Amino acid sequence: MKRVQRDTEAVARRVNRRALLLGGGMTAMFAALGLRMRYLGVEQADEFRLLAEENRVNMRLLPPTRGVIHDRNGKILAENAQNYRVVMTREDAGDVEVVLNKLSHLIPLTRSDMDDALDALKKNSPFMPITVRDRLDWEEFSRVALNAPALPGVTPETGMSRSYPRDADFAHVIGYVGPVSEKDLEGVENPDPVLRIPKFQIGKIGVEKWMEDTLRGQAGTKQIEVNHIGRVMRELGRVEGTPGADVHLTLDAGVQNFVQARLGEESAACVVMDVQNGDVIAAVSSPSFDPNLFVRGISNTDFRFLMDHDHRPMANKAVQGAYPPGSTFKMVTALAALEAGAISPETTFHCPGHYDAGGRKFHCWRRGGHGPVNLERSLMESCDVFYYETAIKVGIDKIAEMGRKLGLGVRHDLPMSAITEGNIPDKAWKLAQHKADWVIGDTINASIGQGYVLASPLQLAVMTARVASGKAVKPRLVRAIDGQEVPVEPAESLGLSTSNLTAVQGGMIAVMNGKAGTARSSRVVADGIRMAGKTGTAQVRNISASERAGGVISNDNLPWNRRDHALFVGFAPADNPRYAVAVVVEHGGGGSAVAAPIARDAILRALYGAVPPLEAYPSDQRGRMESLLNGLTLRNEDGSFPAASDT
Amino acid sequence: MSFLEYRVKTAPTGFAKVFALNWALILVVTAVAAIGWLMLYSISGGQLEVWAEPQMKRYAMGLVLMFAVAFTPIWFWRSMSGMAYALSMVLLLIVEFFGTVGMGAQRWIDLGFMRLQPSELMKVTLVMALASYYDVLEDKKVSRPLWVLVPVALIVAPTVLVLMQPNLGTSIMLLVVGAGVMFAAGVSYWYFAAVATLVIGAVAGVFLTRGTPWQFLHDYQYTRIDTFLNPAADPLGAGYNIIQAKIALGSGGWAGKGFMQGTQSRLNFLPEKHTDFIFTTLGEEFGFVGAFSLLILYGLILVFLIWAAIQNKDRFSQLMIIGIAVNFFLYLAINLSMVMGMAPVVGVPLPLLSYGGSATLVIMLAFGLVQSAVVHRLR
Repeated sequence: MKRVQRDTEAVARRVNRRALLLGGGMTAMFAALGLRMRYLGVEQADEFRLLAEENRVNMRLLPPTRGVIHDRNGKILAENAQNYRVVMTREDAGDVEVVLNKLSHLIPLTRSDMDDALDALKKNSPFMPITVRDRLDWEEFSRVALNAPALPGVTPETGMSRSYPRDADFAHVIGYVGPVSEKDLEGVENPDPVLRIPKFQIGKIGVEKWMEDTLRGQAGTKQIEVNHIGRVMRELGRVEGTPGADVHLTLDAGVQNFVQARLGEESAACVVMDVQNGDVIAAVSSPSFDPNLFVRGISNTDFRFLMDHDHRPMANKAVQGAYPPGSTFKMVTALAALEAGAISPETTFHCPGHYDAGGRKFHCWRRGGHGPVNLERSLMESCDVFYYETAIKVGIDKIAEMGRKLGLGVRHDLPMSAITEGNIPDKAWKLAQHKADWVIGDTINASIGQGYVLASPLQLAVMTARVASGKAVKPRLVRAIDGQEVPVEPAESLGLSTSNLTAVQGGMIAVMNGKAGTARSSRVVADGIRMAGKTGTAQVRNISASERAGGVISNDNLPWNRRDHALFVGFAPADNPRYAVAVVVEHGGGGSAVAAPIARDAILRALYGAVPPLEAYPSDQRGRMESLLNGLTLRNEDGSFPAASDT
Repeated sequence: MSFLEYRVKTAPTGFAKVFALNWALILVVTAVAAIGWLMLYSISGGQLEVWAEPQMKRYAMGLVLMFAVAFTPIWFWRSMSGMAYALSMVLLLIVEFFGTVGMGAQRWIDLGFMRLQPSELMKVTLVMALASYYDVLEDKKVSRPLWVLVPVALIVAPTVLVLMQPNLGTSIMLLVVGAGVMFAAGVSYWYFAAVATLVIGAVAGVFLTRGTPWQFLHDYQYTRIDTFLNPAADPLGAGYNIIQAKIALGSGGWAGKGFMQGTQSRLNFLPEKHTDFIFTTLGEEFGFVGAFSLLILYGLILVFLIWAAIQNKDRFSQLMIIGIAVNFFLYLAINLSMVMGMAPVVGVPLPLLSYGGSATLVIMLAFGLVQSAVVHRLR
């Protein structure tokens, strides 16, 4: 048959040849595939292995626990409190709205809370836990936990958040924390990656800000395996971080609280300082605010209230307020003149009630004049003309030099925000700042702490401490970090002659104890304790010649913000100084009537370590003091306030 | 004595056919399928019932089908060639117009127990039709233009239908498989050279005129070609699959990460990890050693096939076996170049490994035909 013929050997051989050709082509392709396998799996393996790891492994930061801030006695000023919150995951919740509605019957949820949560749940991956509400109290938290089976996808969680148990007392010193903002990261090179954790909180002002590096600690890391949509599959490894260091401040929570209460609603500041080692025992600014509000996220109303308040609760007046020191500056003028030999303690000037210089009339606060005045009397009765004469004899540059020596016009480095440098003017400063020559009237104004002279309560406390000790005491706020005492630098002597110092100190003792002392009514009479000090009343307005002619308007008849500042600086015990104090009451009126009593109470509180006993006060004041001291609302040891039924 | 009768006399009958089977081929095929089960088990995270078990059942079914086809005389299959081709064309037309919409393309007919892809079936029936065509055709007419046009028409008709689905991978396979059979049948080299020149010229024309006023295609069509040819340019879109696949393969290194230790597949970075991209898991978990071993097994299957073709003296059997070999080779060559980033992603499964019914059954059917040709060969 045909078919048999067709299947000849020749044709079969041709098919075989072509089959082998095809086989050859296939072999070539196999070689190519094999080489490609080798390239990917052997030559490029390391690179691809890395890429696979990158796919798979994510690093998560474990935020470190922030350091706790204590006062000098270990009382807690800032801590990390348990924060109860409720989180929700979309994939487990099923119908998110229904679950949220159920949840709203258990815990207070506003419409906007729910809308925010819904929004976040929709935007994020279904497995991403979203915080629905935080800062629940224990009862709400347990209610959610109890009902968890009926709330699919809802998990009650605990976390840490910053808490300030003595809220307003330390608001200015400690400051507060808040979430990292773009502004915080500006200008920081290689910011700590922990700052990128959403809602991570860092110090915004005060000690929280300035000791941020100490308090923050080192973040830990956790390696987790994720799948292609980022769901966490398991934890691969964990490196624990280092918690932030605990900080012990020099402040005394008891004194701070007492002074805060004592200042009341006045717009005022008070600094109490250890004369020997510079420890700041209290640094109070009033009125204050609750820093916890800021940690939680302050409401607009609350924020507006704080910003619009004419007593400026947000300002830390103790270190950032720069006030004309008024007569509290007289020790500087006196010491400058004594050290320069321009006067001696016995030098006497005549005070007719005014002083004429450069065609102007400069008044003493006592219109009738003090008559013959020596150093002690000039301080005791705060005669202004004595200092006009003295200042003109010694010159402004010597006074400015002494001012700086005593800690005025220089910035004291403490971990607090916006510490002012104040101002101690001299000839060069005026030329640079005002493009004008120094005139004699400037010297006269500066001699009694008016004009261009500005100082903060902290600087005035430092000045007083230096006058009391004769040493260059430096203020310090940090007593120990992580249990390690911060060593106290021994203060060097100021190099002032002892007799000059004693003369000025004597004048300050006379202010409070002398028969005609301006602060005699604020004297201390306890055994072995006398107090020394100096009053100051700083004008914040110009008194025109016409007003002076018609009689200076008394403070009581002026609007609040045009009244004089009341100042007082002092130290005690006068014979063996331990604490220095400076008080400024903005627009408070007279230093002797308003500031001195506060300064006395503050320093006695520090000396006694408790509310001062009535025996320390002159007998005729005890009744009044008893009701005043009892009227103060003070905290218990643990920082809480006494129950309302007590009052 | 007719050749047919002659063969009937020499072919084993009854139970003796079992001993005439090419058992080596069956063994290697089963070994490759077993690798597939192992990988499916691993990809599903150690669950048998997800992918591995259904695939094993399909393979068993395929094995039964293979034996059934193998024990049926090859001359029966040859006589059925035309019918089979016609049936495949009808099925292709059915899916073209009434097919179930799946994967965005109409590709299969639901038979109840499985989804049949007529395009897969066509790969085998086309080979049968061409082989029987050349079996009948007088040898001297093989390279005559008119007699070349007939097989070309047989090839182009299903190719166009499959291209309309659209299924580029299968279209290419049909074209090349058809060309392979024609080549083996002895069609003059000049035809192939001419077609090759034409194709190269057209491609060159498309690309060389680009940017000139007389360019062949629209700009957006060029952009599509670009992403098709270079998926890496779009790492989260078209390129995602191929980048992740390369990472999986490469990260396996020399010996792999170990069975069930592949992070890329287990964590779902790999797309289509149980179907078209199953090779990547093998590469990741068993490394270069595992991947290359599979390549050797595949090579062995092809060697057995070509050897069976050369040993056979029946023209239909020879051409059919070569066609099936080319078909099998194309499956794995396209799939492997695709997952290794050497070719664009066109959607061709890895034979015997990829999870799927149609491809597995059709491949087993094809091996059944090969076995039938081996059993019933002229001795």
